Amino acid sequence: MLCQECKQRQATLHFTKIINGEKTEFHICDVCAKEKGEFIPGSNSFSIHQLLSGLLDIDQPVSTSETETVPKKELRCDKCGMTYQQFAEIGRFGCPNCYKTFTEKLDPIFRRIHSGNSYHGGKFPKRVGKDLHIHKEIEQLKYQLQQYVSREEFEQAAVIRDKIRSLEKSLEDNKEG
Amino acid sequence: MSLENFISKAISPWMKNEGPDFDIVLSSRVRLARNISDTPFPIAASKNTLEEIIALTGSKFSRKAHRKFGELELLKMDAMKQNEKRVLVEKHLISPNLSDESKAGAVLLSEDESLSIMINEEDHFRIQVLLSGFQLTEGLKYANEIDDWLEEKIDFAFDEKRGYLTSCPTNVGTGLRASVMMHLPALVITRQMNRILPAINQLGLVVRGIYGEGSEALGNVFQVSNQMTLGKSEEDIVNDLRSVVYQLIQQERAARELLMQQSRLQIEDRVYRSYGILSYSRTMESKEATQRLSDVRLGIDLGLIDDLNGKILNELMILTQPGFLQQYAGEILSPEQRDQRRAALIRERLKLEKKA
Ligand SMILES: [Zn+2]
Ligand SMILES: [Zn+2]
Repeated sequence: MLCQECKQRQATLHFTKIINGEKTEFHICDVCAKEKGEFIPGSNSFSIHQLLSGLLDIDQPVSTSETETVPKKELRCDKCGMTYQQFAEIGRFGCPNCYKTFTEKLDPIFRRIHSGNSYHGGKFPKRVGKDLHIHKEIEQLKYQLQQYVSREEFEQAAVIRDKIRSLEKSLEDNKEG
Repeated sequence: MSLENFISKAISPWMKNEGPDFDIVLSSRVRLARNISDTPFPIAASKNTLEEIIALTGSKFSRKAHRKFGELELLKMDAMKQNEKRVLVEKHLISPNLSDESKAGAVLLSEDESLSIMINEEDHFRIQVLLSGFQLTEGLKYANEIDDWLEEKIDFAFDEKRGYLTSCPTNVGTGLRASVMMHLPALVITRQMNRILPAINQLGLVVRGIYGEGSEALGNVFQVSNQMTLGKSEEDIVNDLRSVVYQLIQQERAARELLMQQSRLQIEDRVYRSYGILSYSRTMESKEATQRLSDVRLGIDLGLIDDLNGKILNELMILTQPGFLQQYAGEILSPEQRDQRRAALIRERLKLEKKA
């Protein structure tokens, strides 16, 4: 697809903005994006955040009579004070807690930025992550336990139960250690 | 100071090596973004908080020997002169953002300058490993080691679902940006880049020309990097990038062979003209220098020029930037003065090589 600005180069940047409640698609090449100061992939320029803010705007209330009369309760991070509106404007979180505060709105945003993904698939920190791994494993084992119990396969169920116990014990030990 | 001496001090030690596939991949870089738990990101943190982070990191990690990278030195942005910072930017050890925008920024540098840890850039920490040639897997390995080393003393902001939490949503998850700098003159000359670039973009990778503004990649040097950071493992991200880089290497090699078979005269002419101009000109803008250096480097790689070393492109591309020219001159220079100095430095450098 050709860039809609210069109509010469291949468009490398594709995104949708909601302007006045209408969905508009943009297809722009790197050069034009750079010239317009909107986006340089992989760099830290401020412009990337302007672009993101367009992308985050998808959530802004569409002007219908209903939404105009009912004021939306605004999300605000109680650790750093950032509101969702501010986040959408600057395209950056203020602190780790913002992720929790805005979590219900983040899935579609992450999926857009990260080729359809919204969950982490990589490294866990060794110290902090150790417990998280164990919690995850316990959750899975508990599910298996239920399955065995419902199928009345008690021998296997007992094995799983012991595994859960020992994992729970290691959690306790981590806390004390 | 003699030029020889200046160069040996100015060039990062890691650059003196020739890594794998060095004729095409100039360097590999792996960066991890990390933040401290329960602490506002630099954009929302007070200057005080940021100063504390620098002090804490300095006390825990500077002057402590890491088994691979040795001792790290802490450099604070507000204690450096403008041109000193510029030189670090030109060496890719810090970002322009850290140099000019940070409320309270610093960098931890290893002696060979292959490791830099930016403090209070967009995130509290940006671990960066720079290696010569095509060494993405090694880069990831070392970056991971440094990450683990920091994590022994620092609680990182991490969420089971979202991974490592970063200020910008484009970095969340792994916080990983892996990139290579590639010299692809034959693909440019044979006009294949236009065909290749869209395909690479579709794979979720970003290609951009470096050195130069606008449409052309000056000096035919391109940076290829991953775009997405969330959902895949670090190893998968690096492997996906690696396989594309590997294919680009093959294509560039094939294009070089084709050029030598079908247009040898034109290529020789182009290479030797540039060699001549670099050897004798008296003033040269950076744009021209970058293009001529690319031609000469191609000539070296094709075996047309045998009295020069391939490292000259990497070296001169860095040394002929404004910050370095000013450092060598020991004063701030006007653009005209810089063009003059640039031509002189290149001439001298080429002479130096022939003597050796
Ligand atoms: Zn365009
Ligand atoms: Zn917050």
